[in-house]
Amino acid sequence: MHLHHLKKIFLSLVLVVFSLSNVYAQSSEIKLGIVLEPPHLDPTAGAAAAIDEVVYANVFEGLTRIDENGAVLPSLATNWEISSDNLSYTFFLKENVTFHDGEKFDSSDVLFTFDRAMSEDSVNAQKGIFAVIEEARAVDEYTIAIQLKRPSGDFLFNIGRGDAVIVSKKSANANKTNPIGTGPFRFSSWNKGSKLVLEAFDNYVGDPISLTKASFIFISDPNTAIAAMLAGDIDGFPIFPAPESMDIFANDDRFNVVIGTTEGETILATNNKATPFNNLKVRQAIAHTIDRKAIIDGAMFGYGTPIGSHFAPHNPYYIDKVNTYPLDLEKAKQLLAEAGYENGFKATLKLPPPPYARRGGQIIASQLRQIGIELELINIEWAQWIEDVFTKKNYDLTIVSHVEPFDIGIYANPDYYFQFDNEDFRAIMVQLENTTNDDGRRALAYYAQDFLARHAVNGYLFQLAKTGVWNANIDGMWANAPVEGNDLSQMKWVK
Amino acid sequence: MLVFFIRRLIGFALTLFVAALAIFLLLDILPGDPARFILGINADEQSVNVLREQMGLNLPLWQRFFNWISSLLVGDFGLSFSQNLPVLDLIIERVFVSFPLAIFAMLISVFIGLPIGIIAAMRHGKASDSVLMTLAQIGIAIPNFWFGMLLVLVFSVMISWFPTGGFIYWNESFFGAIKSLILPSIALALPQAAILARVMRTALVDVASADYIRTAQAKGLTKGQAILRHGVQNAFLPVLTILGLQFAFLIAGTIIVENVFYLPGLGKLIFIAISERDLVLVRGALIILIIVVTFTMLVVDLLYALVDPRLRSRGKA
Repeated sequence: MHLHHLKKIFLSLVLVVFSLSNVYAQSSEIKLGIVLEPPHLDPTAGAAAAIDEVVYANVFEGLTRIDENGAVLPSLATNWEISSDNLSYTFFLKENVTFHDGEKFDSSDVLFTFDRAMSEDSVNAQKGIFAVIEEARAVDEYTIAIQLKRPSGDFLFNIGRGDAVIVSKKSANANKTNPIGTGPFRFSSWNKGSKLVLEAFDNYVGDPISLTKASFIFISDPNTAIAAMLAGDIDGFPIFPAPESMDIFANDDRFNVVIGTTEGETILATNNKATPFNNLKVRQAIAHTIDRKAIIDGAMFGYGTPIGSHFAPHNPYYIDKVNTYPLDLEKAKQLLAEAGYENGFKATLKLPPPPYARRGGQIIASQLRQIGIELELINIEWAQWIEDVFTKKNYDLTIVSHVEPFDIGIYANPDYYFQFDNEDFRAIMVQLENTTNDDGRRALAYYAQDFLARHAVNGYLFQLAKTGVWNANIDGMWANAPVEGNDLSQMKWVK
Repeated sequence: MLVFFIRRLIGFALTLFVAALAIFLLLDILPGDPARFILGINADEQSVNVLREQMGLNLPLWQRFFNWISSLLVGDFGLSFSQNLPVLDLIIERVFVSFPLAIFAMLISVFIGLPIGIIAAMRHGKASDSVLMTLAQIGIAIPNFWFGMLLVLVFSVMISWFPTGGFIYWNESFFGAIKSLILPSIALALPQAAILARVMRTALVDVASADYIRTAQAKGLTKGQAILRHGVQNAFLPVLTILGLQFAFLIAGTIIVENVFYLPGLGKLIFIAISERDLVLVRGALIILIIVVTFTMLVVDLLYALVDPRLRSRGKA
């Protein structure tokens, strides 16, 4: 064969390869970047946020659902009635709904789902959601009656979370790899390590949806995320992995930077049983030393809202407690001296992998050094954090974001890893649980927030922001993350 | 030759067993409960215990090791903790990305590295030699993730010839798959090529002063001809050693480049499995990698024997 033949073949090969590249996405398809790949796709059998980020409200639906602002909306239950004692709930179900495999949806699926989550051998990560249920029974094919053990102000919210989505008896056990729900999108394909594709479900009963196909592409490297957005390979990152680079997109018309809130209270968690942190004055001294703005600027590049207690600022019951212990180094030193540590002390700060912890840890260490507290920074991975810090409580300080919605109740558990053991606070929480009228709940929530702030149980830093980067022609995405999820049902291309 | 072969084979089997034991014990003392990791910090203890039981984590150590080894011997690598899928399937999926990537990177580095090394050796001491070796030194110093990022910025963001990353599977599009491996394999190949060039040059320069090259020159060959005809083959031993090591590295050590190009490769699979405490998956993947790497070494050893007759005769003795 002559050389020029070879050349020709080579050139045509190159042309074929390149021509394959320019297949543009149609305007009803979207490619989303997410940082972590879900381990599997069953939201009722795992806590990984990435599971809900793919399937919540898209593949699976619950009786209720949570909207962008945390409000409870109808979903598989079109409406409901609550008895005057707040103990009996009657849900009226949507009719003519089918699961993606063609199975008909009715009240038996709801019972199956709840029984499965409550059973002895349940591996539901939020089994506690169902602990309040005394009995669930089917009144007829499309009516469910649920009796509660005690009034629960969070019940309607909780059954709208990913852990309580309705599954079908026939397909439930295979949901990890082939999720079958009733949602507007059905599972299409999953190339492990690479991407996961959902497609619109033709028999969906509900508001029409605009997208026909959504791909979730797993990109963990921040630099790659930037390049993929700039090159147009990704249409949106609901949670962009590099807050430091948001300016690149904010100053570019092709992109839309969407900043919202999450349920993540980021705290300097403190072991309240470890010396010297069992001393209130030491915790107060730390609270007087923490400069929240410096931490938000340095660790999160300005994205985040300062908090003064364990409560999300967008919650209607929020009260601002940021100034309970204002920045005051002299006061802090004086408190330390009163506690018997005029020369300061040494302690450890264990840092899990997220940048808010690793970067925030550096800044907090330098802030506390000003009053003589020397922190040894110890980087650990999540599995180690769960073992050492959370389970064995073998730590002084750690930085972590608590992403559960309305989770102030964790302070009522003396065995929780903060080891805050306070009878009065437990009493407030019991009262809050039993109160269902809005004014009463608000007053108790205010009181509880103030209580935690005053006791300086943990160092309260900031509410984690949701930093999204999107193609400017996309509309209908969630700015906030009241629950983990990327609701695709309202998303559309506007151009 | 046969004795040599058998001795190597026994070494191979022993290495595997010791490695299996080490992997099992090391992973077992790793802090972190896989069941708690899967269900998260808000799960109640009962659910976590049910899951632990399901995953067989409540059995005593020796029994778990025995179960694992005996299933391995019949080719059963178990079910992944977190994904609930057969470990072998998960790994094989990734092999179709990682092996071609390693082979491409290898080919590129050989086609660039060896000629540069040979040219530099033939111009030993001249300016072009110094220029090439300086370039090689820079090539070694450049981190491949940085070079990969640079390639992405130029060829994906600026001129859109290639996707920024991701992998198009072989069954979706053959050329698409090749295309998605081009930039990553170049990024991986550059430092390898630089190393190969230096090794090749040094080996050839050593050989060039050997008696048989002088003899060949005395018989009328130019120095270049003598090196090409007689030197290259002899200089190949150290190069072969490096190639074997490089291939082992390219199979599993490519996690950083896989991250840059978001490729679903083996390195990434193992990295995530370790952080999620998916012990079954990590063990399975490591054992398979060790089999591949020790097998590569075995092949290199046997190739040695082919290239160097002295090793064969030593085996006979």
